[in-house]
Amino acid sequence: MAVTLLAKPFDPWAELCAYQERLKRGDYGACASFVGTMRDFNQGDLVEAMFLEHYPGMTERELGRIVGEASARWGFLDALVIHRVGEIRPGDPIVLVAVWSAHRGPAFDACRFIVEALKARVPLWKKEKLPRGVRWVRPSQS
Amino acid sequence: MNIRVRLFASLRERLQLDQVELSAEGLTTVADVWQALTGEPWSRQVLAAVNWEYALPETEVKAGDEVAFFPPVTGG
Repeated sequence: MAVTLLAKPFDPWAELCAYQERLKRGDYGACASFVGTMRDFNQGDLVEAMFLEHYPGMTERELGRIVGEASARWGFLDALVIHRVGEIRPGDPIVLVAVWSAHRGPAFDACRFIVEALKARVPLWKKEKLPRGVRWVRPSQS
Repeated sequence: MNIRVRLFASLRERLQLDQVELSAEGLTTVADVWQALTGEPWSRQVLAAVNWEYALPETEVKAGDEVAFFPPVTGG
């Protein structure tokens, strides 16, 4: 299991491939992944950039707790979570969640659980830069 | 001994405070720390953590703890 916060742009697919290379071939029969990417629009407004603030120390711990809860519930083989912090541009990947398991069910379910729990619980806050000023993003249901 | 208080995002901007040390004397719960810091009663809009774990307003605090207050999270 690996949980990482990154202050610089990253390639989620390269990270996923590199991580999978380290897993034992033949063990896993499924990998489910989610990549969240920054849009250039939100609530009808053009968004030029975003700053992702976090709580160093708690962010990593909360991510680790979420992966631990998912692991206890679904018993998958491995998981990788990478989340950006700092300055983000439209088109930049924000988050990668990947789960490997013997069969597809636990991989799909655990991946979805980790993404939803991350959005609900991990101390990260988005501040958008609009053509006219800045604003903090409010939590959404989707 | 003190309690270290940290603030984040819109709350940090509103209170114009990043972190501060408060004397632990007379502070029993998370809500006490919030009241001492802001002079305001506990707000349901605020989330709290004690030593990097989510806490409730009635969660007990002691000297040496790190208490954080922040708005609802928007990661992912």
